[in-house]
Amino acid sequence: MPAALCLPDGGPFMLSFIFRRIAVAIPTLLVLLIISFLMMQTAPGGPFNSERPLPPQVLANIEAKYGLDQPMWKQLTDYVAGIVTQFDFGPSYKYKDRTVNDIIAQGFPVTLTYGTISFIVAILVGGALGIAAAIKQNSWLDYLAVGFTIGAQVLPNFVMAPILILVFTLMLGWLPGGGWNGGQWNHVIMPVIALSTSYMASIARLTRSSMLEVLRSNFIRTARAKGLPDRTIIWRHALKPTLLPVVSYLGPAFVGMVTGSFIIDSIFSTGGIGYFYVNAAFNRDYAVMMGLTILLGSMTILFNMVVDILYAWIDPKIRL
Amino acid sequence: MNISIKSVLFASALAFASPALAQGTAPNGMPLADTQTFVYRVLDEHSSVDPQIVEDVSGSEIVRDLFEGLYNQDADGNLVPGVALSHTVSDDKLTYTFTLRPEAVWSDGTPVTAGDFVYGWRRLADPETASPYQWFVDVMGLANAGPVMAGEMPTEELGVKAIDDHTLEVTLAGPLPYFPLTTTHASTFPSPKWVIDEFGADWTKPENIVSNGAYVLTEHVPQERSVRTRNETYWDNENTIINEVTALVINDVNVALTRYLAGELDRTEVPAGQYPSLKEEYPDQALSFPRLCNYYFNFNLSDMGPEATQDVRVRQALSYAVNRDVIVDNVLQGGQSPAYTFTPSATANFEVPTVDYATWTQEERNAKAVELMAEAGYGPDNPLSVTYLYNTDENHKKIAIAVAQMWKQTLGVDVTLENQEWQTFLETRGNHDFQIARGAWCGDYNEASTFLDLVQSGSGYNDAAYNNAEVDQLLAEAKTAEDPQANYTRVEEILADEMPVIPIYHYAGVYMMSPGISGSWPVQNVEQNWYSKDLYKVATE
Repeated sequence: MPAALCLPDGGPFMLSFIFRRIAVAIPTLLVLLIISFLMMQTAPGGPFNSERPLPPQVLANIEAKYGLDQPMWKQLTDYVAGIVTQFDFGPSYKYKDRTVNDIIAQGFPVTLTYGTISFIVAILVGGALGIAAAIKQNSWLDYLAVGFTIGAQVLPNFVMAPILILVFTLMLGWLPGGGWNGGQWNHVIMPVIALSTSYMASIARLTRSSMLEVLRSNFIRTARAKGLPDRTIIWRHALKPTLLPVVSYLGPAFVGMVTGSFIIDSIFSTGGIGYFYVNAAFNRDYAVMMGLTILLGSMTILFNMVVDILYAWIDPKIRL
Repeated sequence: MNISIKSVLFASALAFASPALAQGTAPNGMPLADTQTFVYRVLDEHSSVDPQIVEDVSGSEIVRDLFEGLYNQDADGNLVPGVALSHTVSDDKLTYTFTLRPEAVWSDGTPVTAGDFVYGWRRLADPETASPYQWFVDVMGLANAGPVMAGEMPTEELGVKAIDDHTLEVTLAGPLPYFPLTTTHASTFPSPKWVIDEFGADWTKPENIVSNGAYVLTEHVPQERSVRTRNETYWDNENTIINEVTALVINDVNVALTRYLAGELDRTEVPAGQYPSLKEEYPDQALSFPRLCNYYFNFNLSDMGPEATQDVRVRQALSYAVNRDVIVDNVLQGGQSPAYTFTPSATANFEVPTVDYATWTQEERNAKAVELMAEAGYGPDNPLSVTYLYNTDENHKKIAIAVAQMWKQTLGVDVTLENQEWQTFLETRGNHDFQIARGAWCGDYNEASTFLDLVQSGSGYNDAAYNNAEVDQLLAEAKTAEDPQANYTRVEEILADEMPVIPIYHYAGVYMMSPGISGSWPVQNVEQNWYSKDLYKVATE
């Protein structure tokens, strides 16, 4: 196949690629849905179990109200039909004042906001740190960067988050200790630091090693031999190949960040979907669990596709 | 003749009615703080603010502020008038007639009528509503509760009706002396039919909700905060001091404490084990007071239970060998009290009976335990092995380890500790698939039967599968007895003899409370049914 057709900047091939991916995505989601539905159903317990078991009559009423008295296949098909026909992901059994649509509409923008900011911060800081460390290899800057990446990776965010609150809220009194407040800047800072740091470290490490490798390659040596200035060598020639392994990391990292974090949501009370997702599993809140699985599954598929396209753009050698 | 608790209620109402407050002075005479807001931590998002749907503690706390039922509780947990001014009881003790206050209105200005209560109670009983608290109409003893709940009778047959707008008549299936106490429960609060008809399930959203309590819901951001502000149409609005109440969802108790110390909160729970040090550092802020809850171990007395613990001597030995003082003083360290009876001593009108083993020293208990184990045929050559099941939680684990150690040291028992995730645990315990399992219970109302009913053979909460005909009869008689104390004493004595459960400790509420608010906190109310309208913040320097 002529290489020109594979370029992602338009062309019939690109379109058919996207269609193909979407065509695969729908059955993938369906399989995901069925597997998670079955896993939930086989887990012991149910959404209405509590320390004090409900009298059988009361339980029967509630199950009838939510259609949980129906056979499993009927529950599943009704659920899928609700999504397809009315985009209705069902009720929450635990938070009875709200539907799954409410929870997603309220929680997803929060997660998307702090996730995207964290992603941008992680790329900019991590990338810059990695490049700088590679260029100035074995300088104090390099040691600092390497030290930071090791430190950031051994310090998990469930440890870092409470420390941030201790320092910035209790000791310095600069930032509120939690809440979201409509995404006001001072409520966003600590979640972003806690979420982005470990990604930042990974990006810095990846960029540094990749850049070092590129700088030792023949075409860079040639560029140097030609007498090109360092700046040109790095920006024009070294950067793009450096980014290749980084980009393949960024796809999953981006999905990981924007789909929320249980730790961030539960420690900073941000109200994002990360908390609801994990808690729905504990509460056996089936519809919430399923709705979020579909959302997160779609996001994962979507961003993997974006990464593939980006990859092709950076490296035309890659065949889609 | 109409005997009534009316006079009692009036007396307590008078004692509590304060003259319209002078600007800036708290009911205790102290100067009020400039800002009257109350911000507190909740562990998790509330389930609902619909009175007939809410099932969790944090949701009920909000509902008690947003809605008002027939009666409220005062700082000691006594009944005081809410929407009802008073009531009379018929001679046969089956009919209660409540007189409602004419000035009560909903937040949209509509008068609160007896019909709103009838609607709410029928809604609670209606199988269509699918309320998790539907069974409460049965606890209240309303006539025809059973058939209505089962959908066999129309809800109109439930024993409640409006004589006129301000007279509510309740008919009970049988005499129930503590019936008025049940009217402070959130599920018995009135509901605005016209709003529910208009908005359906969305009626509890802040933009739609109409309520009749001292506060209205003004903001709700799930998993972050809910805010309620003073309801200007509330009949006693002039005596409400706190203007705004905010519940912040903070899952992590240690983070909540940090935020409390940073001044973001007025109240938070104290993490386990930190009470002594906090009390020392902040003596005026760390509070501990008795709660109406117990913590115990269930033996499995069903057919599926192990052979060994079917022997009463083994059960007694295991119970005696638990050093409760160590559990409360060294493990929990939050002012909890050691338990030798099932019913907490904080329960109203309940005198803790003196059960023998409570009066012994721990050495005596241990000696007796060793003796009993030997009698039952267990000893160093033939050690007993048991498995203790609890749900995954740091505190439960600490207690499990401590008790296992005590059993091992004193009796040489080999204990296997098993923990399960919450839902799995409930299922396993509910199926009686355990040897010994953790249990805990908080009273639904402040009367001993809320606890002792658990050991009745027919109770759905009787995880030990304990079955004693005498206990069943004593408890059935207690329901209608003028003074049930003698029955309760006897039941506790039987429990201490037969030991179907091992009482471990009775709960304490352990809080950090900002010095401004703590003076108005109802620490004497063991059910912790608090009302923001009764709180106030005094000025602190």
